[in-house]
Amino acid sequence: MGCGMGKSRPLQEKCDRAIRAALLIQRWYRQYVARLEIRRRCTWNIFQSIEYAGEQDQIKLYNFFGFLMDHFTPASSERNLISHIFRENEICHETEWEKYFCYKGVEVPDSYNGPHLTFPMSFCGVSKLMEAFRHKQQLHARYVLQILGETWRLLRNLPNINHISVCHTKEITICGDLHGQLEDLLLIFYKNGLPSSEKPYIFNGDFVDRGKNSLEILLILFGFLLVYPNDVHLNRGNHEDHIVNLRYGFTKEVLGKYRFHGKKILKLLQKIFSWLPLAAVIDHKVLVVHGGISNSTNLHIVSRIDRHKYVSVLRPPKMTHQRNSGNGDIDGPMEGRRRVRSLTNHSSAPAHRNNFHRRSLHNLSVGNYLSCSVEDELKKRRRLAGFDQSYGEMKTSDSDSDPEFRERTEIYGREWKQIVDLLWSDPMPQKGCVPNEVRGGGCYWGPDVTEEVLGRHSLQLLIRSHECKQDGYEFCHNRKVLTIFSASNYYEVGSNRGAYIRMGPDLVPRCIQYQASRTSRELTLRQSVGRTERSALQALKEQLFVHKSDLIRAFQEFDPDNMGLISLRHWATATDSVLKLGLPWRVLRPQLVSRTHYGMVNYLQWIKELSITEPKLEVSDTSILETMYKNHSNLETIFRIIDTDHSGLISFEEFHQTWKLLSSHLKMEISDKAITDLAQSMDFNKDGSIDINEFMEAFRLVDLSSHT
Amino acid sequence: MCLTLLIYLVGLFFSETVSDIHKKITTAFKLFDYDANNTVDAREISTIVFSLGCFPSQADLHQIIAEVEEGSSGYVHLDTFLPVMTKVLLEHRFPPIPVEHILRAFEVLDKENKGHLEEGELTKYMTEEGEPFTNKEMEEMLAVLLNNKRGLVYYRDAVGLLGFDGVMK
Repeated sequence: MGCGMGKSRPLQEKCDRAIRAALLIQRWYRQYVARLEIRRRCTWNIFQSIEYAGEQDQIKLYNFFGFLMDHFTPASSERNLISHIFRENEICHETEWEKYFCYKGVEVPDSYNGPHLTFPMSFCGVSKLMEAFRHKQQLHARYVLQILGETWRLLRNLPNINHISVCHTKEITICGDLHGQLEDLLLIFYKNGLPSSEKPYIFNGDFVDRGKNSLEILLILFGFLLVYPNDVHLNRGNHEDHIVNLRYGFTKEVLGKYRFHGKKILKLLQKIFSWLPLAAVIDHKVLVVHGGISNSTNLHIVSRIDRHKYVSVLRPPKMTHQRNSGNGDIDGPMEGRRRVRSLTNHSSAPAHRNNFHRRSLHNLSVGNYLSCSVEDELKKRRRLAGFDQSYGEMKTSDSDSDPEFRERTEIYGREWKQIVDLLWSDPMPQKGCVPNEVRGGGCYWGPDVTEEVLGRHSLQLLIRSHECKQDGYEFCHNRKVLTIFSASNYYEVGSNRGAYIRMGPDLVPRCIQYQASRTSRELTLRQSVGRTERSALQALKEQLFVHKSDLIRAFQEFDPDNMGLISLRHWATATDSVLKLGLPWRVLRPQLVSRTHYGMVNYLQWIKELSITEPKLEVSDTSILETMYKNHSNLETIFRIIDTDHSGLISFEEFHQTWKLLSSHLKMEISDKAITDLAQSMDFNKDGSIDINEFMEAFRLVDLSSHT
Repeated sequence: MCLTLLIYLVGLFFSETVSDIHKKITTAFKLFDYDANNTVDAREISTIVFSLGCFPSQADLHQIIAEVEEGSSGYVHLDTFLPVMTKVLLEHRFPPIPVEHILRAFEVLDKENKGHLEEGELTKYMTEEGEPFTNKEMEEMLAVLLNNKRGLVYYRDAVGLLGFDGVMK
């Protein structure tokens, strides 16, 4: 029914009415879509800020350990608890390691009904593996060790930077972060085809952590690498790092799946990760690397590094013969990364600098950093060991005043920085190159740096990953930088798509998007926003709950007469100051505060109504519980570090020491009695050890409202 | 006289002050201020205006954008946007559309009074009349509104479904 001209009057009126009706509906619908968009962005902000806050925590914890390592004498018990994670590459030869990792002693019982593999690895073998994983079977430890062993041997022969060619009408596929999401990998293979000599692939790092199938993904990727070594290329990501794995779930996954051989598998993976190549260059024109670049990136230097020395990229390797040299830290361990978020795919990547309140260690003097008791202890031990210098002096003068040593440490520092920049950096819209504020390591680089570095190396495009993008990919810096992220539904079902790149000899990238799980595809826009939003809000409510003492204190500052009420404006200000997540609290307020009295919030009531419940425990000192919830991940990380034999169990004594470490790190006093109470409230095994998983489970917060 | 004063004061107490409005606008604006320099891409203005509870037409939006955009840079600065938007809000220039009006609008399109619209019908109206939808917008609307089993839009349910929950205060 058209509304053309030349109609009779009543018909014309009818037409006009129809047009007006259409206009109204259109207006109404567009408003609805805009509101959805706002909710989606808020949700995204919530997830990202909590994620980054967690990452900062991890790095701070690691820095704290680093500090302990540098300043406690070897005899100290605290140092011994954690020293093993800093142990530089052992001096023993590869042959000794080969013996340790040998699979031959591992028998496969008749009762095993998983896949059997024969070596050398074949295409059939990998297909068998994928089928088995699709049916949720587990590969026997013997075959795992075998695949890993072969992979390790192969990787040792690869250069730091792989040079790939896509002439001859071949197209190459480039995938970004997978983070243990097997469904996404299988979806990519389904849509795009399996790797082969006709179908080369680059996997750009972060294969593990967070998802449940990190190991399966590794085994499949390594399988294809073994079958098509010239056509499958793996780049190291920042999560291919055993220290990061301690916190983000990969260590836990391996130990859970392989109780007996897990430790060996993890050790072998440590080596494999350190041997993963750092970057790939396609046709001398396109650089593919996990994180990005900095203004000092120099691929010629990178290609000459002994990359396997950098087992964990979080910390530069120490020279074997020095003990307490502060110089090893010229570019010290990494501090919190400030991530750059981008929610639109038409503008350049943005930076929310002002929104993150970052606690910068850089600005704290050493005295503040340590609690009084630890500082005293430190002074005592240093005196005992014969050092009279303060930390500040130690930094400038060498304990070994050997110029060659100093030079070598500097070289290590420079090399280390090259690697960290490649694996941890993010693009930003502003010009320049901004290192992390504390101690260097990883940068935010601007479009001018892209121009300069690409120009210097005669490159035309940088493909990187490392950041989750709503559409799975995003261009920035004048389309000279392309971010590709392949883990769909990363934060929650429906939160984002994944994508991969196809590139032919013309070197023009084509991005293909997807979203794993049929249910998420069928979700309407509204449903997927709602679901992701609910999940984000729950995460946020948990954060609010664990900070409730601080929140109440902050609220009370605005409520001097103790009426129990504060204005919404003050609610927003107080919450922001406590949580420091840089979120738009005013916008989120309707979702978080359901009841108000004339614009005022009854804050005690509100906290109760967050409906998060904690486990009932008989503990004398309840403040330790709050510390527990606030530092859930930190605590778990420390536990796993202390559990050197990866048994999943720690002794009561170690439990005690964990809390002592944590209290030092947080500069808090935690009484011995509180710790003892806590330990006793758990079911200890008969031999007096505690299961880490059980302990963490017992202290997980439960959202009551999710059960209604 | 006292009564009117009282009413006025009570009204003042409940209505928003200009500073409240400024805060609201600034918060919404900053959600899109990625470079943290009080600037947003002009293409985000419509979302911002909508998020403040307004229901402008596309023509209205174009007018606002023309008023606040920095020349042809494609950017809008908060200093320019704030007074313009404050006026819009104080005047209640683009009030929400009452649910009954939407319902009636659908009923106008549903000439045969079937209680539903066919996919083709709705598509024709939305993409050819008024301020036409793009293909993408149409696709998304159908994804939300279409009762998949029969390819029909039961608009009464739809209007209820897409109600005004979560409107930003």
